[in-house]
Amino acid sequence: MTLKTTPLHAAHQQAGARLVDFAGWEMPLHYGSQIDEHRAVRSGAGVFDVSHMQVVDVSGRQAQAFLRRLLANDVAKLRTPGRALYSCMLNADGGVVDDLIVYFRGDAGYRMVVNAATAERDVAHMRAVAQGLDSSVETRPELALLAVQGPEAVAKVAPLLPAELSTAGELRPFHAVGGEKWMAARTGYTGEDGFEIMLPAERARGFWDELLRAGTRPIGLGARDTLRLEAGMNLYGTDMDESTTPLVSNLGWTVAWEPADRDFIGRAALERQRAEGVPAQLVGLVLEGRGVLRGGTRIETPAGDGTVTSGSFSPTLGMSIALARIPAASDELELTAHLRGRTMPVRRVKPPFVRHGKSLLD
Amino acid sequence: MSETPQDLKYSESHEWVRVESDGSLTVGITGHAQELLGDLVFVETPEPGSAAGAGEACATVESVKAASDVYAPVSGEIVAVNENLADAPELVNESPYGDGWLFRIEPSDTTELDALMDADAYAAKVASES
Repeated sequence: MTLKTTPLHAAHQQAGARLVDFAGWEMPLHYGSQIDEHRAVRSGAGVFDVSHMQVVDVSGRQAQAFLRRLLANDVAKLRTPGRALYSCMLNADGGVVDDLIVYFRGDAGYRMVVNAATAERDVAHMRAVAQGLDSSVETRPELALLAVQGPEAVAKVAPLLPAELSTAGELRPFHAVGGEKWMAARTGYTGEDGFEIMLPAERARGFWDELLRAGTRPIGLGARDTLRLEAGMNLYGTDMDESTTPLVSNLGWTVAWEPADRDFIGRAALERQRAEGVPAQLVGLVLEGRGVLRGGTRIETPAGDGTVTSGSFSPTLGMSIALARIPAASDELELTAHLRGRTMPVRRVKPPFVRHGKSLLD
Repeated sequence: MSETPQDLKYSESHEWVRVESDGSLTVGITGHAQELLGDLVFVETPEPGSAAGAGEACATVESVKAASDVYAPVSGEIVAVNENLADAPELVNESPYGDGWLFRIEPSDTTELDALMDADAYAAKVASES
């Protein structure tokens, strides 16, 4: 199978990227050192090519009604154009089809950004749900998507943006400006300040080069994963999927239960799970000893076994951290990890682990 | 692609071996191995004085991506370990054939060295695997 490439493929090669297959896309894993890249985002500014993610525009008279049915969070909360919201999209069993950010664009409708690995399935699901409604679902493959993140990101990016995005520097978190061709949003996947920027594919290379000239480092998917893990953010496909609900994925806060008569897909199943008792919880773990928690690592609790859903080494903390799904009945702070034939004590903590470059551990 | 030093011997499991002037052997992991692993975050070296059999796991290198055993290329006694790696595992990435060496072994049977590859054979093996 030929791997798909983004408009920045040549730029990655020129920057010395180690390219890997990620969900059918040839993407940079790192440009030399994943840990150096991680630190660059925590201390300066880094740019990620996330053009493999899919931009989906929703328009039509019933766009809002469609999204209030489609998403577990409620787009009716987005009262002014430019506001954004994180949500899960569920199946009828309450399982997570994907997680996404949805932006309200006023009269132009809504824009969603979904994961690369699930994009095709997502769009098919959306179109099925939109059947019979006056609402259209259109992908925007002609847009590139860059994330610029880090304490210096705003200062580095703002001067490079086109005039119509001149207010981007004053945006509050989860606000966006722009729309049809260029859009800048104060969102990200790292726990740092910064932007996610949509722009015409043919402009991506020029913008990328300008960012690098301004001292922004290119960052690969390896560091993207450790940054999001430190920030306590779930990764679709490992921390949650179609077999897990938001309630067992530390995402209960993203489910808008009110108004009670909003019949979003999966609602009945979530209500049933809540009534019967949520069986599991997704928690943060810290391993203070030498070793690294990995996806699949067994976690022993007095209430039964759990499993690490994603684990890695935290460059900021200098130790391993993980998200793990464990029985809901476990409330102990000290648990046991089974790691490469040994048992090691792990400490349960509430994610995020790191925010704005600083440890949140006691 | 990293260079493969000509003066070393290589194992199937991506260790390199340097024969020192006193007859002891210095062991590390190859440039190719550290590239595959990515940034190392922990290195566990064997106890000096312990015995190792050829092909036995006697050290662990753990990267952002995976943990991997390092095997003794020949049988013998561990006579020294690279203490610097405890605090600076990145030495293995930066200098796999130099400051990133792992341990030194006093071989009990030097004929076991004959089973190892020379640089060209190892480079060919790496090329065929990629």
